[in-house]
Amino acid sequence: MMDELYREVILDHHRSPRGSAPLACCDAEASGKNPSCGDDVTLQLKYDAERIVGVSVATQGCAIATASGSILAELVVGRTSDQVRVLAEAFRAVMHSDAGELADELDPGDLEVLTGVRKFPVRVKCALLPWITLLEAVASAEQGRAPSETTTEA
Amino acid sequence: MFRERFPVLKRRVNGRPLVYLDSSATAQKPEAVIAAEARFLREHNANVHRGMHTLASEATDLYEACRKRTARFLGVPHESQVVITRGTTASLNLAAFGLAARIAPGDEILVTEMEHHANLVPWFQMARRAGAVVRAVPITDDGQLDLDAYRSLLNARTRVVALTHVSNVLGTINPVAEMAAAAHRHGALVVVDAAQSVGHLPVDFQALGCDLLAFSAHKVYGPMGLGFLVGRPEVLEMLDPVEFGGEMIETVTLEDATWAEIPARFEAGTPNVAGAAAFPVALDLVDEASIERVRTHEISINATALDRLASLDGLVVYGPDDPAQRGGLVSFHDPLVHPHDMAQILDAAGVAVRAGHHCAQPLHRRLGVVATTRASFGLYTTHDEIDALVAAIGDARRMFGT
Repeated sequence: MMDELYREVILDHHRSPRGSAPLACCDAEASGKNPSCGDDVTLQLKYDAERIVGVSVATQGCAIATASGSILAELVVGRTSDQVRVLAEAFRAVMHSDAGELADELDPGDLEVLTGVRKFPVRVKCALLPWITLLEAVASAEQGRAPSETTTEA
Repeated sequence: MFRERFPVLKRRVNGRPLVYLDSSATAQKPEAVIAAEARFLREHNANVHRGMHTLASEATDLYEACRKRTARFLGVPHESQVVITRGTTASLNLAAFGLAARIAPGDEILVTEMEHHANLVPWFQMARRAGAVVRAVPITDDGQLDLDAYRSLLNARTRVVALTHVSNVLGTINPVAEMAAAAHRHGALVVVDAAQSVGHLPVDFQALGCDLLAFSAHKVYGPMGLGFLVGRPEVLEMLDPVEFGGEMIETVTLEDATWAEIPARFEAGTPNVAGAAAFPVALDLVDEASIERVRTHEISINATALDRLASLDGLVVYGPDDPAQRGGLVSFHDPLVHPHDMAQILDAAGVAVRAGHHCAQPLHRRLGVVATTRASFGLYTTHDEIDALVAAIGDARRMFGT
């Protein structure tokens, strides 16, 4: 059963998280925190016109949160704000459902593996935290406002 | 001890025999307690104190018998010194807000760095309203209270010292009697959170020398939703009630009310009578085992756990090294495996532990970690269960190792 949660792909992302170095300069930044478990994500984005060209995800938390942040870092570069918003919302919808998967045209990469976490309801918020933080960063970039801290704990 | 009397311990979890190492969160219930609670509901169920009928009288007798039995268990001279509450948190809120009128602006309340939030937040809230200052006694690097710092923090403005008997994270047993004597020399009241000590090590209210003592039935093999605030009579008389309504009054007019005697003054509303009817059975179990033998057993489990955990490279274990200087629990942190991952992997092996900040965020900040994993014990814990714990930790480390 643990093999379903801690897939090798997830453990690999956890051991060597991608995009963990902070950006020298960034266009948007947001943080997310789940107080009850202490998970903490700081996310930075760099844009070139419409497209995200740089990302940094610093996660302090469990393997699921760290792996999710690492997968996020692999997926967002080269996409527009609209595209990452669609991807993040699709991921959230899948994680909150019993069935269904991420559409191939979203090019979800390792994120498909992470959807297995939904079999462990208490861990869904760990997987979602970087993605909710991403939505906050994207929104603040578009509106030119300071982001507020977000959470996936209701 | 008495393992066969606890039906839930026969369960299998995720295909493996349950290894229940979360007794600090709540202890399991013996069959006799479950039966006593059911018996109350089947045979006696009625509200307490006001009824004239037979069932009401039986329910009242059972409820008051719980008060008496609890007083006897803790060496409390008179049962009127035992207030029945919903649990430790309710008891500590009653202590804090019951004293509020006695606290003036600039007065000081001493807490400690190792308190559970239930013995911090009520004092913060009360102090804010009263204009008082809350100060915290720091801990040393080996997880003991810094008693020199404590003595220098005590002063003529100190009104209350609120401290835990046993830390729910470090396991540290605090020298309550010595600290209470020092507090009393400065005229301060001493409020003790005994949630982790009662039923696990000998607790004699008189010998502890504190003014108020709070604990929960459910950590002493009894029902949830039932707790106690034990006090010296003159200190209970000082407390204002914090909940108002039925049962706690003497006379009510359309303008005002006067309060009943203690302890009824603090027991507004319908209490957990079924729980109270069953709790004496839990105390009987501890007495049958003898608290000294329970304590010896938990020390020996501590020793095995500390010894086995020390064999795991890089694992950090918190609190006193001496198994006899701690309550029956061990918290640890593995730099390779986050506590939530650890608890999840342990659960897959049937091992139930607690991961998180254990309602002690200031302490975890001091320890420099967001969360720890805690294994906690009871009279039914076996050495084989510690082996199962350590084996499962080994599995987690292998899974996460590079």
